[in-house]
Amino acid sequence: MANDAAASNSNSSIDIRGLYKIFGKRPGAFMDAVKEGMTKQELQEKHSHVLGLKDINLSMPAGSIQVVMGLSGSGKSTLIRHINRLIDPTVGEVVVGGEDVCKMGAGALRTFRRHQTAMVFQKFALLPHRTVLNNVVYGLEVQGVPREKQETEARRWIDRVGLAGFEDNYPNQLSGGMQQRVGLARALTNDAPLLLMDEAFSALDPLIRMDMQSVLLDLQKELHKTIVFITHDVDEALRLGDRIAILRDGEIIQEGTGQDIVLEPADEYIQNFVKDVNRARVVRADSVMEPGADSSTAIEVNCSDNLEVVARVMSESNSTTVNVLDENGQVQGHLNMNATVAAIVKQDTRHSTEGSKFTA
Amino acid sequence: MEWLTEFPAMDKSALRALKKSIDGGFRAWTREHGDTVEAFFEPIKQMLIWSEKFLLDTPWPIILAGIVLIAWFASRSWKITLMTFLTMVLIGYFDMWDNTMRTISIMLVSTFVSIVIGIPIGIAMSKSDKLQSLITPVLDIMQTMPGFVYLIPVVMLLGIGKVPGLLAVVIYAIPPIIRLTNLGIRMVDKEVLEAADAFGSSAWQRLKNVQIPLAMPTIMAGINQTIMMALALVVIASMIGVKGLGQPVLQAIANQYFTLGMFNGLAIVGVAIIFDRVSQAYGKRLQAHSEEVHGK
Repeated sequence: MANDAAASNSNSSIDIRGLYKIFGKRPGAFMDAVKEGMTKQELQEKHSHVLGLKDINLSMPAGSIQVVMGLSGSGKSTLIRHINRLIDPTVGEVVVGGEDVCKMGAGALRTFRRHQTAMVFQKFALLPHRTVLNNVVYGLEVQGVPREKQETEARRWIDRVGLAGFEDNYPNQLSGGMQQRVGLARALTNDAPLLLMDEAFSALDPLIRMDMQSVLLDLQKELHKTIVFITHDVDEALRLGDRIAILRDGEIIQEGTGQDIVLEPADEYIQNFVKDVNRARVVRADSVMEPGADSSTAIEVNCSDNLEVVARVMSESNSTTVNVLDENGQVQGHLNMNATVAAIVKQDTRHSTEGSKFTA
Repeated sequence: MEWLTEFPAMDKSALRALKKSIDGGFRAWTREHGDTVEAFFEPIKQMLIWSEKFLLDTPWPIILAGIVLIAWFASRSWKITLMTFLTMVLIGYFDMWDNTMRTISIMLVSTFVSIVIGIPIGIAMSKSDKLQSLITPVLDIMQTMPGFVYLIPVVMLLGIGKVPGLLAVVIYAIPPIIRLTNLGIRMVDKEVLEAADAFGSSAWQRLKNVQIPLAMPTIMAGINQTIMMALALVVIASMIGVKGLGQPVLQAIANQYFTLGMFNGLAIVGVAIIFDRVSQAYGKRLQAHSEEVHGK
């Protein structure tokens, strides 16, 4: 089973091509108009159809975490539901591991959902009449795996998410954080290469949310699943996402690494999203370094270290300059304290004048 | 100006002819197919006879112990169990044991038939809005039509006896279980259904694992209502020859025997309370998982 998962991991990349979703009675009738540029507002006011997604093109490589971020109503939950086709698209393709999910028949779709995907929901969506153990076995039960194996697998994952001892409790005897651990264990027990997480941690308290993010990142280090994570929280997006796509009104307006988005926000909407981000944790040393080695210092950092790490190294070593190494340990550039601090506090001028107005 | 004071009704002779031809047609149909219909209901008749014989032939202490034990295992409540015991003892002491057994027998069989027919109809109804809009008015008619009216064709078809009595009871008692099964399944949390779909449940797995269990409290309320309505119809059903607590009541009405009517009426109430409390307590116990809530 573990080998199967590893094998399918390699081809569990997701390719979304030209995906449109219009909600309403006759979605097909307005496709051409939307393709020719009819806006969401116009479609809604004139024809009372809702434009859910507009021309989504997104490639998610296997084994990485793709975050989809947006405010409520931006279409992010609609988008994730197209990947396991809980929602049918109006037009477009969702290719998972080489096969178009949108063209599958009912039986093939069921097999795909059973073996290729698992999902974690914002409001947990646990079965209230089943104990933790019986919730966690659900995926395997539906697959028809023998009960004994269901239980061994389930107990292993219950243990991994830190719920050992709660197997026989009912969901509503548990706190929100613990319920979502059950949701996570249920999804992981399914042993699917694709993990869909729809605002999975949004209903949790900030501290518990951080905790769950750590749990997920730890698990991902060994599991290397393809994870699609929906959130409206920019800090969560930057912490979890190998890549981040930002949705607004059903359209992707920027896609890239967390650093890309923080350093070069595509427009004001995204600027607003990222303006309060702790840049020290997002910006990497190699993106602000000066080329060439500085021979006056022996202190070194890695290119993937963020500026928070760089600043800590500087302060601990009592040095104002460090050399930056690439993956092979070769010196690629250097960074001094001024540049580091400048990169951390850099804000665009509009915001800083606003700030000074407030203090005046 | 006669048309203003008198409603311009259909011509009297035409109306009489209409009624006569419908009656005649139906009568001819029953004569032709009466045997087939009777054969169709034969298994139910056997079930009725068997259950009544079982309740009457088994020595009363065993039946009493059985009822008390069922009450205990279903409700796990000393109060309800004790009340059940006392009610049954009083019924026996006032010489109504046999009639009570007959009434319980027809009530159990009609509830069983209602559940077996009603739950699948309710499930089908929850899956299709069209079917729901078709069945709802039929249920409305079944519940509002006076009992006597639908007794007429039943008696024409099957004569007087157990089976027509059972049919009358089922027609009257089945709507709540159909309605509440439909309602219960429609009220199931959409998110949980979505989760079941996301894990690749088939339609049957969805129904068995999610919809029925989550609709169970509502379905149990429907079963409870069905039991109550079945008991309520016992007196009317006695008019077409159903033996039991209804018959002495009917006799009491005809002859103005106040005490006889009162005793048998109270016995019906007693049986009703037992079945109501026990089935409700059982329904609640099924929901044990919702009782202890985190943080409350």
